[in-house]
Amino acid sequence: MVQENIQLHKQDVNIREDSFLQGVKDCIPTLLGYLSIGFAAGVVGNTSGLSIIEITLMSLLIYAGSAQFIVSGMIASHGSPASIILTVFIVNLRHLLLSAALSPYFSRLAPVKTLLIGSLLTDETFGVAINKTADKDYISEKWMHGLNITAYLNWIVATLAGAFLGQWITNPEKFGLDFALPAMFIGLLVIQFVSRGKIAKDLVVAISAVVIVLGTSFFLSGSIAIIVATVIAATLGMVVEKWK
Amino acid sequence: MEIRWHILLIIIGASIVTLIPRVVPLMVLSRINIPDWALRWLSYVPVAVMAALVGEELLLVDGRFSPFQNHIELIAAAPTFLTAILTRSLLGTVLVGIVSVMLLRMFL
Repeated sequence: MVQENIQLHKQDVNIREDSFLQGVKDCIPTLLGYLSIGFAAGVVGNTSGLSIIEITLMSLLIYAGSAQFIVSGMIASHGSPASIILTVFIVNLRHLLLSAALSPYFSRLAPVKTLLIGSLLTDETFGVAINKTADKDYISEKWMHGLNITAYLNWIVATLAGAFLGQWITNPEKFGLDFALPAMFIGLLVIQFVSRGKIAKDLVVAISAVVIVLGTSFFLSGSIAIIVATVIAATLGMVVEKWK
Repeated sequence: MEIRWHILLIIIGASIVTLIPRVVPLMVLSRINIPDWALRWLSYVPVAVMAALVGEELLLVDGRFSPFQNHIELIAAAPTFLTAILTRSLLGTVLVGIVSVMLLRMFL
Protein backbone atom coordinates (compact mmCIF):
# COMPACT_ATOMS: atom_id res chain seq x y z
CA MET A 1 0.00 0.00 0.00
CA VAL A 2 2.68 2.44 0.97
CA GLN A 3 4.62 1.71 -2.20
CA GLU A 4 1.53 2.19 -4.33
CA ASN A 5 0.97 5.57 -2.75
CA ILE A 6 4.48 6.65 -3.53
CA GLN A 7 4.09 5.48 -7.13
CA LEU A 8 0.89 7.46 -7.54
CA HIS A 9 2.51 10.48 -6.01
CA LYS A 10 5.46 10.25 -8.40
CA GLN A 11 3.18 10.11 -11.44
CA ASP A 12 1.33 13.12 -10.13
CA VAL A 13 4.53 15.12 -9.97
CA ASN A 14 5.51 14.00 -13.47
CA ILE A 15 2.22 15.15 -14.93
CA ARG A 16 2.50 18.51 -13.22
CA GLU A 17 6.08 19.27 -14.28
CA ASP A 18 5.48 18.22 -17.90
CA SER A 19 2.72 20.71 -18.67
CA PHE A 20 2.22 22.66 -21.90
CA LEU A 21 3.63 25.74 -20.18
CA GLN A 22 6.75 23.82 -19.16
CA GLY A 23 7.22 22.91 -22.83
CA VAL A 24 6.98 26.60 -23.73
CA LYS A 25 9.60 27.41 -21.07
CA ASP A 26 11.93 24.63 -22.22
CA CYS A 27 11.80 26.04 -25.75
CA ILE A 28 13.08 29.48 -24.71
CA PRO A 29 16.84 28.68 -24.91
CA THR A 30 16.44 27.76 -28.59
CA LEU A 31 14.43 30.84 -29.57
CA LEU A 32 17.41 33.03 -30.44
CA GLY A 33 18.62 30.37 -32.85
CA TYR A 34 15.27 30.22 -34.64
CA LEU A 35 15.10 34.02 -34.75
CA SER A 36 18.46 34.54 -36.43
CA ILE A 37 18.26 31.66 -38.90
CA GLY A 38 14.60 32.42 -39.66
CA PHE A 39 15.47 36.08 -40.19
CA ALA A 40 18.22 35.13 -42.65
CA ALA A 41 15.83 32.73 -44.42
CA GLY A 42 13.28 35.54 -44.77
CA VAL A 43 15.86 37.96 -46.18
CA VAL A 44 17.23 35.40 -48.64
CA GLY A 45 13.67 34.49 -49.72
CA ASN A 46 12.96 38.15 -50.36
CA THR A 47 16.08 38.71 -52.46
CA SER A 48 15.32 35.52 -54.41
CA GLY A 49 12.24 37.34 -55.70
CA LEU A 50 9.65 35.62 -53.50
CA SER A 51 6.68 37.66 -52.27
CA ILE A 52 5.95 38.04 -48.55
CA ILE A 53 2.92 35.76 -48.89
CA GLU A 54 5.06 33.10 -50.57
CA ILE A 55 7.70 33.33 -47.82
CA THR A 56 5.02 33.12 -45.11
CA LEU A 57 3.43 30.13 -46.81
CA MET A 58 6.84 28.43 -46.90
CA SER A 59 7.27 28.92 -43.14
CA LEU A 60 3.73 27.73 -42.42
CA LEU A 61 3.85 24.62 -44.63
CA ILE A 62 7.52 23.62 -44.95
CA TYR A 63 8.86 24.84 -41.58
CA ALA A 64 12.46 23.78 -42.14
CA GLY A 65 15.34 26.25 -42.45
CA SER A 66 17.55 24.20 -44.74
CA ALA A 67 14.60 23.37 -47.04
CA GLN A 68 13.50 27.00 -47.22
CA PHE A 69 17.01 28.22 -48.06
CA ILE A 70 17.28 25.55 -50.78
CA VAL A 71 13.88 26.43 -52.26
CA SER A 72 14.78 30.16 -52.33
CA GLY A 73 18.20 29.56 -53.85
CA MET A 74 17.00 27.10 -56.49
CA ILE A 75 14.05 29.32 -57.48
CA ALA A 76 16.50 32.21 -57.94
CA SER A 77 18.66 30.03 -60.20
CA HIS A 78 15.55 28.77 -62.09
CA GLY A 79 15.68 25.15 -60.95
CA SER A 80 12.82 22.93 -62.09
CA PRO A 81 10.06 22.16 -59.53
CA ALA A 82 10.90 18.44 -59.66
CA SER A 83 14.61 18.96 -58.94
CA ILE A 84 13.83 21.42 -56.10
CA ILE A 85 11.36 19.03 -54.43
CA LEU A 86 13.75 16.08 -54.83
CA THR A 87 16.64 18.04 -53.27
CA VAL A 88 14.44 19.08 -50.33
CA PHE A 89 13.44 15.44 -49.85
CA ILE A 90 17.05 14.24 -49.72
CA VAL A 91 18.09 16.97 -47.28
CA ASN A 92 15.14 16.23 -45.00
CA LEU A 93 15.66 12.47 -45.02
CA ARG A 94 17.70 13.04 -41.87
CA HIS A 95 14.42 13.75 -40.06
CA LEU A 96 13.62 10.03 -40.44
CA LEU A 97 16.24 9.35 -37.82
CA LEU A 98 15.05 12.02 -35.41
CA SER A 99 11.48 10.79 -35.73
CA ALA A 100 12.57 7.16 -35.32
CA ALA A 101 14.62 8.02 -32.23
CA LEU A 102 11.62 9.70 -30.58
CA SER A 103 9.10 7.00 -31.51
CA PRO A 104 9.63 4.75 -28.42
CA TYR A 105 8.69 7.66 -26.13
CA PHE A 106 5.33 8.21 -27.84
CA SER A 107 4.34 4.58 -28.37
CA ARG A 108 1.35 5.02 -26.05
CA LEU A 109 -0.22 7.66 -28.31
CA ALA A 110 -2.65 7.17 -31.19
CA PRO A 111 -1.17 7.61 -34.71
CA VAL A 112 -3.13 10.85 -35.27
CA LYS A 113 -1.51 12.35 -32.16
CA THR A 114 1.99 11.31 -33.23
CA LEU A 115 1.23 12.86 -36.64
CA LEU A 116 0.70 16.21 -34.91
CA ILE A 117 3.91 15.85 -32.91
CA GLY A 118 6.00 14.69 -35.87
CA SER A 119 4.80 17.39 -38.25
CA LEU A 120 6.45 20.06 -36.06
CA LEU A 121 9.66 18.13 -35.39
CA THR A 122 12.90 20.06 -35.99
CA ASP A 123 16.59 19.58 -35.21
CA GLU A 124 16.25 21.89 -32.21
CA THR A 125 13.00 20.56 -30.74
CA PHE A 126 14.40 17.04 -31.13
CA GLY A 127 17.50 18.11 -29.18
CA VAL A 128 15.41 19.51 -26.33
CA ALA A 129 13.04 16.52 -26.29
CA ILE A 130 15.75 13.85 -26.32
CA ASN A 131 17.38 15.58 -23.33
CA LYS A 132 14.10 15.06 -21.46
CA THR A 133 14.31 11.30 -21.97
CA ALA A 134 17.46 10.95 -19.87
CA ASP A 135 15.45 10.04 -16.77
CA LYS A 136 12.03 9.04 -18.18
CA ASP A 137 10.63 6.37 -20.49
CA TYR A 138 7.98 8.59 -22.02
CA ILE A 139 7.52 12.24 -22.98
CA SER A 140 4.41 14.20 -22.00
CA GLU A 141 2.26 14.96 -25.03
CA LYS A 142 1.22 18.36 -23.69
CA TRP A 143 4.81 19.29 -22.96
CA MET A 144 5.85 18.33 -26.53
CA HIS A 145 3.05 20.48 -27.99
CA GLY A 146 4.17 23.42 -25.85
CA LEU A 147 7.74 23.01 -27.11
CA ASN A 148 6.72 22.48 -30.77
CA ILE A 149 4.15 25.26 -31.03
CA THR A 150 6.44 27.84 -29.38
CA ALA A 151 9.22 26.99 -31.83
CA TYR A 152 6.81 27.05 -34.80
CA LEU A 153 5.33 30.46 -33.98
CA ASN A 154 8.78 31.91 -33.34
CA TRP A 155 9.97 30.62 -36.72
CA ILE A 156 7.05 32.23 -38.57
CA VAL A 157 7.61 35.56 -36.80
CA ALA A 158 11.34 35.40 -37.58
CA THR A 159 10.92 34.68 -41.30
CA LEU A 160 8.23 37.36 -41.58
CA ALA A 161 10.55 39.90 -39.92
CA GLY A 162 13.32 38.88 -42.33
CA ALA A 163 10.98 39.12 -45.33
CA PHE A 164 9.77 42.62 -44.37
CA LEU A 165 13.17 44.03 -43.41
CA GLY A 166 14.65 42.30 -46.44
CA GLN A 167 12.92 44.86 -48.61
CA TRP A 168 15.40 47.43 -47.29
CA ILE A 169 18.38 45.09 -47.42
CA THR A 170 18.96 45.25 -51.15
CA ASN A 171 22.27 43.38 -51.14
CA PRO A 172 22.31 40.66 -48.46
CA GLU A 173 25.73 39.56 -49.77
CA LYS A 174 27.21 42.71 -48.23
CA PHE A 175 26.16 41.50 -44.78
CA GLY A 176 27.19 37.91 -45.45
CA LEU A 177 23.57 36.70 -45.15
CA ASP A 178 23.98 34.39 -48.17
CA PHE A 179 26.49 32.45 -46.06
CA ALA A 180 23.78 31.57 -43.51
CA LEU A 181 22.91 28.40 -45.47
CA PRO A 182 26.44 26.93 -45.85
CA ALA A 183 27.17 27.91 -42.23
CA MET A 184 24.01 26.10 -41.11
CA PHE A 185 25.08 22.97 -43.01
CA ILE A 186 28.54 23.17 -41.42
CA GLY A 187 26.91 23.43 -37.98
CA LEU A 188 24.57 20.50 -38.61
CA LEU A 189 27.44 18.39 -40.00
CA VAL A 190 29.69 19.03 -37.00
CA ILE A 191 26.88 18.46 -34.48
CA GLN A 192 26.16 15.11 -36.19
CA PHE A 193 29.83 14.15 -35.94
CA VAL A 194 30.09 15.06 -32.27
CA SER A 195 26.83 13.45 -31.14
CA ARG A 196 27.44 10.08 -32.85
CA GLY A 197 30.97 9.34 -31.68
CA LYS A 198 31.80 7.45 -34.91
CA ILE A 199 34.40 9.98 -36.02
CA ALA A 200 36.54 7.68 -38.23
CA LYS A 201 33.61 6.10 -40.12
CA ASP A 202 31.80 9.43 -40.43
CA LEU A 203 34.97 11.00 -41.80
CA VAL A 204 35.16 8.33 -44.52
CA VAL A 205 31.52 9.01 -45.40
CA ALA A 206 31.91 12.81 -45.37
CA ILE A 207 35.09 12.88 -47.47
CA SER A 208 33.70 10.45 -50.05
CA ALA A 209 30.48 12.48 -50.26
CA VAL A 210 32.47 15.64 -51.04
CA VAL A 211 34.70 13.85 -53.59
CA ILE A 212 31.66 12.32 -55.34
CA VAL A 213 29.89 15.70 -55.51
CA LEU A 214 32.98 17.30 -57.07
CA GLY A 215 33.54 14.40 -59.46
CA THR A 216 29.95 14.10 -60.65
CA SER A 217 29.48 17.88 -60.96
CA PHE A 218 31.19 17.67 -64.37
CA PHE A 219 28.27 15.74 -65.86
CA LEU A 220 25.38 15.99 -63.37
CA SER A 221 23.34 18.97 -62.16
CA GLY A 222 23.87 20.11 -58.57
CA SER A 223 20.83 18.51 -56.92
CA ILE A 224 21.31 15.16 -58.70
CA ALA A 225 24.98 15.17 -57.70
CA ILE A 226 23.92 15.64 -54.04
CA ILE A 227 21.54 12.68 -54.26
CA VAL A 228 24.09 10.39 -55.95
CA ALA A 229 26.79 11.38 -53.44
CA THR A 230 24.47 10.81 -50.46
CA VAL A 231 23.37 7.35 -51.60
CA ILE A 232 26.91 6.14 -52.44
CA ALA A 233 28.57 7.67 -49.35
CA ALA A 234 25.92 6.32 -46.93
CA THR A 235 26.27 2.86 -48.50
CA LEU A 236 30.04 3.14 -48.13
CA GLY A 237 29.57 3.94 -44.43
CA MET A 238 27.43 0.84 -44.00
CA VAL A 239 30.07 -1.31 -45.77
CA VAL A 240 32.92 0.12 -43.67
CA GLU A 241 30.91 -0.66 -40.53
CA LYS A 242 30.46 -4.28 -41.66
CA TRP A 243 34.22 -4.71 -42.10
CA LYS A 244 34.98 -3.69 -38.55
CA MET B 1 2.01 40.59 -53.14
CA GLU B 2 1.02 37.47 -54.96
CA ILE B 3 1.40 33.72 -55.08
CA ARG B 4 2.59 32.37 -58.41
CA TRP B 5 1.36 28.98 -59.55
CA HIS B 6 4.68 27.22 -59.98
CA ILE B 7 5.93 28.60 -56.64
CA LEU B 8 2.81 27.27 -54.89
CA LEU B 9 3.44 23.90 -56.54
CA ILE B 10 7.04 23.88 -55.29
CA ILE B 11 5.98 24.89 -51.75
CA ILE B 12 3.29 22.21 -51.52
CA GLY B 13 5.60 19.55 -52.96
CA ALA B 14 8.44 20.55 -50.64
CA SER B 15 6.11 20.55 -47.62
CA ILE B 16 4.91 17.01 -48.41
CA VAL B 17 8.45 15.62 -48.78
CA THR B 18 9.40 17.43 -45.55
CA LEU B 19 6.39 16.05 -43.67
CA ILE B 20 6.84 12.38 -44.66
CA PRO B 21 10.25 11.73 -43.03
CA ARG B 22 9.10 13.65 -39.94
CA VAL B 23 5.94 11.70 -39.26
CA VAL B 24 6.23 8.22 -40.79
CA PRO B 25 8.69 6.72 -38.26
CA LEU B 26 6.75 8.17 -35.31
CA MET B 27 3.48 6.79 -36.66
CA VAL B 28 4.55 3.30 -37.74
CA LEU B 29 7.76 2.41 -35.94
CA SER B 30 5.99 1.25 -32.80
CA ARG B 31 4.05 -1.23 -34.99
CA ILE B 32 6.62 -2.59 -37.44
CA ASN B 33 10.37 -3.15 -37.35
CA ILE B 34 12.67 -1.50 -39.86
CA PRO B 35 15.39 -4.01 -40.88
CA ASP B 36 18.71 -3.46 -39.18
CA TRP B 37 20.68 -2.79 -42.37
CA ALA B 38 18.18 -0.08 -43.39
CA LEU B 39 18.55 1.66 -40.03
CA ARG B 40 22.33 1.49 -40.33
CA TRP B 41 22.21 2.91 -43.87
CA LEU B 42 19.88 5.69 -42.71
CA SER B 43 22.20 6.53 -39.83
CA TYR B 44 24.84 7.63 -42.36
CA VAL B 45 22.49 9.76 -44.47
CA PRO B 46 22.71 12.94 -42.34
CA VAL B 47 26.51 13.05 -42.41
CA ALA B 48 26.61 12.17 -46.13
CA VAL B 49 24.05 14.75 -47.22
CA MET B 50 25.46 17.56 -45.04
CA ALA B 51 29.03 16.91 -46.24
CA ALA B 52 27.85 16.83 -49.86
CA LEU B 53 26.01 20.13 -49.39
CA VAL B 54 28.96 21.80 -47.65
CA GLY B 55 31.26 20.59 -50.46
CA GLU B 56 28.89 21.91 -53.10
CA GLU B 57 28.44 25.28 -51.40
CA LEU B 58 32.14 25.88 -50.76
CA LEU B 59 33.88 24.33 -53.76
CA LEU B 60 31.50 24.68 -56.71
CA VAL B 61 30.70 27.92 -58.55
CA ASP B 62 27.73 27.66 -60.92
CA GLY B 63 27.96 23.88 -60.69
CA ARG B 64 31.63 23.71 -61.70
CA PHE B 65 34.63 22.80 -59.54
CA SER B 66 36.42 26.11 -59.07
CA PRO B 67 37.64 26.46 -55.50
CA PHE B 68 39.69 29.59 -56.14
CA GLN B 69 36.74 31.71 -57.21
CA ASN B 70 35.07 31.12 -53.86
CA HIS B 71 38.08 32.13 -51.75
CA ILE B 72 36.09 34.33 -49.33
CA GLU B 73 33.68 31.50 -48.48
CA LEU B 74 36.57 29.06 -48.16
CA ILE B 75 38.45 31.30 -45.72
CA ALA B 76 35.25 31.98 -43.74
CA ALA B 77 34.63 28.24 -43.49
CA ALA B 78 37.63 27.91 -41.14
CA PRO B 79 36.27 30.02 -38.23
CA THR B 80 32.79 28.61 -38.94
CA PHE B 81 33.97 25.01 -38.56
CA LEU B 82 36.00 25.97 -35.50
CA THR B 83 32.98 27.60 -33.82
CA ALA B 84 30.84 24.55 -34.54
CA ILE B 85 33.45 22.18 -33.08
CA LEU B 86 34.09 24.30 -29.98
CA THR B 87 30.56 25.49 -29.15
CA ARG B 88 28.31 22.84 -30.82
CA SER B 89 25.84 25.69 -31.23
CA LEU B 90 23.96 26.10 -34.50
CA LEU B 91 23.22 29.73 -33.73
CA GLY B 92 26.85 30.56 -32.88
CA THR B 93 28.07 28.79 -36.02
CA VAL B 94 25.69 30.66 -38.31
CA LEU B 95 26.49 34.03 -36.70
CA VAL B 96 30.27 33.53 -36.90
CA GLY B 97 29.92 32.41 -40.53
CA ILE B 98 27.85 35.46 -41.51
CA VAL B 99 30.11 37.94 -39.68
CA SER B 100 33.28 36.33 -41.15
CA VAL B 101 31.98 36.65 -44.70
CA MET B 102 30.83 40.22 -44.04
CA LEU B 103 34.23 41.26 -42.69
CA LEU B 104 36.16 39.48 -45.47
CA ARG B 105 34.04 41.16 -48.15
CA MET B 106 34.67 44.53 -46.49
CA PHE B 107 38.43 44.19 -46.39
CA LEU B 108 39.40 41.89 -49.29
